[in-house]
Amino acid sequence: MNAPDLFPSPDVGPLATESNSKIMAGSTIEMLRSPALLAVEDLHVHFVQSDGVTRAVEGVSFALRPGEILALVGESGCGKSATALALMRLLSKPAGRVVKGRALFDGVDLLQLPEAEMRERRGRDIAMIFQEPMTSLNPVLSIGEQLMEPLLAHLQMTRQAAQKRVVELLKMVGLTDPQRRLEQYPHHLSGGMRQRVMIAMGLACNPKLIIADEPTTALDVTIQAQILELMRDLARRLNIAMIIITHNLGIVARYADSVNVMYAARLVEQGTADDIFGRSSHPYTIGLIDSIPRLDRPRQARLATIEGVPPDLMAPPAGCRFAGRCPHRIEKCGEDPPLAVVEPGHQAACWRADELLARTARAVQPVGVVIPPPPAADAPIRVSVRDLKRHFTVSAGRGWFGGSATVKAVDGVGFDIREGETLGLVGESGCGKSTIGRAILNLDTPTAGSILIDGQDIGDARAREVRRRTQVIFQDPFSSLNPRMTVSQIIGEPLAVYKLEPDAARIEGRVQELLGQVGLMPYMAERYPHELSGGQRQRVGIARALALKPSIIVCDEPVSALDVSIQGQIVNLLDELQQKLGLTYLFIAHDLAVVRHISHRVAVMYLGRIMELADRDTLYRNPRHPYTQLLLDAAPVPDPAIERQRRPRVAKGELPSPINQPKGCVFSTRCPMATAECSEAVPALRPVADGHYAACIKV
Amino acid sequence: MLTYLAKRLLLMIPTLLGAAALIFFMLRVVPGDVVEVKLRADGASVTQEVIDAERSRLGLDKPLPEQFATWLVGLVELDPGLSMWTGRSVVDEMSIRLPLSMQVAIMGALIATLMAVPMGTLSALYRDSPIDYLLRVFSLVGLAVPAFWFGMVMILLLLWLFNWLPPVIYTPFWVDPVANLSQLIWPALVVGIRYAAVVARMVRSSVVEVMKEDYIRTARAKGLDEKAVVIRHAMKNAMLPAITVIGLEFAFLMGGLVVTEQVFNLNGIGQLFVQAVAHRDFVLVQNIVMFIAVVFVLTNLVVDLLYAALDPRIRYR
Amino acid sequence: MTFSATTDMQAAGLRARPGMRRKIARFVVTQPLGAAGLVTVLVMAIAGALSPYIAPYDPVAISFGDMLSPPSWEHPLGTDNFGRDILSRILYGARTAIVMGLMSALIGSTLGAILGVASAYFGGVIDLLIQRAVDIFLSLPIIVLALVVVAMLGRNLVLGFDFNLILAIAIPIVPNVARVVRSSALSIREMAYIDAARVAGYRTSRIIFRHMAPNLMAPYLIMLTAFIAQAILLEASLSFLGLGVTEPTPAWGLMLAGNAVDFYRQAPWMIIFPGLAISLAVFAFNLLGDSLRDWLDPKSRLR
Repeated sequence: MNAPDLFPSPDVGPLATESNSKIMAGSTIEMLRSPALLAVEDLHVHFVQSDGVTRAVEGVSFALRPGEILALVGESGCGKSATALALMRLLSKPAGRVVKGRALFDGVDLLQLPEAEMRERRGRDIAMIFQEPMTSLNPVLSIGEQLMEPLLAHLQMTRQAAQKRVVELLKMVGLTDPQRRLEQYPHHLSGGMRQRVMIAMGLACNPKLIIADEPTTALDVTIQAQILELMRDLARRLNIAMIIITHNLGIVARYADSVNVMYAARLVEQGTADDIFGRSSHPYTIGLIDSIPRLDRPRQARLATIEGVPPDLMAPPAGCRFAGRCPHRIEKCGEDPPLAVVEPGHQAACWRADELLARTARAVQPVGVVIPPPPAADAPIRVSVRDLKRHFTVSAGRGWFGGSATVKAVDGVGFDIREGETLGLVGESGCGKSTIGRAILNLDTPTAGSILIDGQDIGDARAREVRRRTQVIFQDPFSSLNPRMTVSQIIGEPLAVYKLEPDAARIEGRVQELLGQVGLMPYMAERYPHELSGGQRQRVGIARALALKPSIIVCDEPVSALDVSIQGQIVNLLDELQQKLGLTYLFIAHDLAVVRHISHRVAVMYLGRIMELADRDTLYRNPRHPYTQLLLDAAPVPDPAIERQRRPRVAKGELPSPINQPKGCVFSTRCPMATAECSEAVPALRPVADGHYAACIKV
Repeated sequence: MLTYLAKRLLLMIPTLLGAAALIFFMLRVVPGDVVEVKLRADGASVTQEVIDAERSRLGLDKPLPEQFATWLVGLVELDPGLSMWTGRSVVDEMSIRLPLSMQVAIMGALIATLMAVPMGTLSALYRDSPIDYLLRVFSLVGLAVPAFWFGMVMILLLLWLFNWLPPVIYTPFWVDPVANLSQLIWPALVVGIRYAAVVARMVRSSVVEVMKEDYIRTARAKGLDEKAVVIRHAMKNAMLPAITVIGLEFAFLMGGLVVTEQVFNLNGIGQLFVQAVAHRDFVLVQNIVMFIAVVFVLTNLVVDLLYAALDPRIRYR
Repeated sequence: MTFSATTDMQAAGLRARPGMRRKIARFVVTQPLGAAGLVTVLVMAIAGALSPYIAPYDPVAISFGDMLSPPSWEHPLGTDNFGRDILSRILYGARTAIVMGLMSALIGSTLGAILGVASAYFGGVIDLLIQRAVDIFLSLPIIVLALVVVAMLGRNLVLGFDFNLILAIAIPIVPNVARVVRSSALSIREMAYIDAARVAGYRTSRIIFRHMAPNLMAPYLIMLTAFIAQAILLEASLSFLGLGVTEPTPAWGLMLAGNAVDFYRQAPWMIIFPGLAISLAVFAFNLLGDSLRDWLDPKSRLR
């Protein structure tokens, strides 16, 4: 834990903070001196249900100044959303209630206001933007109508004036052709566009505060960057304070001025972004930051992880809530630590905060553990994909018979994976990565091209035994296990069906062995899936895949649905298993950092084609294809100092519809380097350096 | 919109054809010879010649597909044959009874919808309040009570409380509205009760579901008052599935007519159907069933059009 | 070794899995209405089964001396126009109602479920054909369809029960169940664990019976209960019309048929009690079905 920092980060002293703050419009120091716009004092929120009381928020206090961007960070269930909903007085009745606390907004306690007065402020002075843009707009009302509502209700504008203002707002949020949008309906817009409409709705009455609850979690990386840049830009220009609720520390590092870290309904650390990242003083914060795989650093031997799972909020443990998982715990932790100052403007709720602050180094790699070498260059090729195409015909358009269009989900993809290698497949939604996974698993028949496992074509009916060598781990821990089977039955089924063990006793034995291999206790065998947590379910899924002794495993977003602190555990497990059992992985994901960590080589996909394919470190350090560059730019890194020095180029435009693919290079419509010749022909994936391929005529 | 309508109209045809084929061939799958069964049903003994003569009179000696085609042509020309039992034309038999049944059905549907929609909505908005319990009990009871028994109880009550029975002779509305209504309101109520129970339940669950949606939360976050949230945002969305049910159930009202007309002694399509079945008059049975299928398909069409008018997602396909 | 620590177990709120008795106890506590329905149903079924032993009179015994007598100590529910004891007839009628209801619903629901699963799993042409047929059948009210079958088949007594009638009631149930089961099966088919089973190379039969079917039990049971109620109602309606159960078999609907109408003034009890019996039976099954639906709702299970 005390190893020297092998990968030094830029200087994060107080001077650096001051000088860099000038880069952002408005001075941070000035902002820190103005009186608080919002002062939350000792907020307590409970959810009362038939089976008990969940104490969702306990004793949260913070202040927000005009124009400040505050990030409320934590994992699922920590209480961050409940805090926001409590401030807006939008907790779902009758279960949710504020039992204690004050929330002074411009001097008035929001929690004590009569509903009518609160309603005046809601939407006018304080606006809220939610996570799911696809369902947050009313599908049967036009965009114009929905945007005019707050104007008509709060500002008593006439319809004409309101319409003009709406067009103005739509322009402000970057929607093209605003006049036409008035009459359109939500289903005409993509996710990113809908979120812009939500932002426009929030801005309508010139609010002083906007609360954004995971505003970009449901969006693709490049769209995410667009939206967040827009939000920051508007906040600065219009001097609107913002509370951004997120679990993504990269976003926090890039956009937040100050940060509140929440864990199990409590505030565990509070400070500026630099404080939290550079001088974290709470074990949870430290653990969280350490466990995130880094996009900008070569991988370490293993991801640092936080053991265990968050406590049950219906019956929380006495004393410090993090103690059960804390590597630094002492006896005093049986007593609840208060939020105490560790340095000016920086507080942490830990008895050992001062000690933790004093350590400037963060252990990145346990001494003596070696990064596993990549597979030998002459290892046999396990998976070979040749010119794979998967086209779907969908009905589209109007007219008598509708007509049909072709969606080219995968259009000419080829790669090889050697034994013991992990090939990472990244891309945004609709790029075709999952389709490729399904084709390799023989869940889907390709339109053209071939897939060979150990040299044999899997499309061949007789290749059953060969197909069995490829198994899968799915993304969704909820739907990947049969709810009516016990863990033992789920893992034991393949053993029984293929008679891999001679009798029931031996099957049980093997099941126990597999449970051990994936880090589950023996008594888990009799549990049903709904009695397990997400991380545990994923482990069962892995054990099931291992039961058939596969040589290849397709990992389809195996950690995307898990909390950050659990992701690391699963990634480490997959890593270990690969070393021990010599497995070959196809790792499909959209999280660039996780892919960097676990893969040996990485392929970047866009709209059904591979844009770039290279060695992991080469790709991330020296991306050649403009799309890869944009992708890497768009993904923020959990380090404010580094973030301040990046000038992210934001991709323009929307993801093209898969039905109407652009001519020539599919990326040409959004590419900053595109010229006319890019639309003429589809560029082939050609080598630009040793082992490094890019599909672009400009590099 | 017009293309949508035209497309739906065209799609109706294969459905109706399928229904016609189904009903036709189902009735021909009868064990034993149709005519024999009918003529011998009352124990009478008839000679083979009489049977054969009857068969050729009814056109039953022709091959099945030809019979089917003849019938289809007859349907289109609105002269689908003669009743095996009464000997009169099917169209005649049905047309004298149709106005009565239609009036009862429409009255029943109207009463039911006017009752059910507000009740269902209020029940959903004020969950677990007295109104909600009332509605839920009402729904459960409405679904459990046999329609015919309910009619009988109604007559019992009328007799007991007012010493009055509904008139037996049918007077059309334009001849004597009071007599007409006083006769038909009761079967309309009976038929409507079940309808109301189903619709109210549907409306309630639909509104409950809609109120949980994210866009309702957005509307509240905008600071709109609850009235605007419910009426402007929730109702339109909640009504969509409700409209489907209201439409579908209307066609099923005809099923309710079958027993209700019996209880109130009304000479409507329902009664005709029961008698046709009792007499094993296949011609009449198949034509009445076809009629019901047509009503169903048409109602579906109207529902779809309404849906398209209200739901912008469908309109611009 | 990354072990899932003990705090894991606490967090997931595990306890020893409850046995059957506990499950029933939990059902009674969380779903009191459903439990009441279940009890009512059981009482009726037992009453019906034991009717030859507990009925005070022979249900078909005509007694001109006792015609149309109001409820009294000798005849707790009165007598009908043939002097038959109404209480006894109702008890025997329970047997008819429940047996016919159960059999028709069972046959109809099971056939419907099989069709629904086949349709969903095989997709393509099979699905299209079954779907079209289901659509056409569903365009007719249940009673109309039942009457058509009655017209087709006539009567056929087997062991004292009219088997053709059972078919007539079962057939309209088939498409209703097929449609619901199909859509449940379709959503199950999209589940990742089905994909995992396919990747493991299991045969289709195994996937259907071991993976899909157990997860379809919930909608199946709910539909079954709901349709037992519908079947009882349908049987009563058909008997009322004279096209269902016929004399001398005692049946509730039959007790309301024909000449009962003539006796509104003189003997209202002839009308009230059989109807109450039908309503109670249907009500109880509906309550049970509703509670089952709430209890088996997967969303409340997976916390």
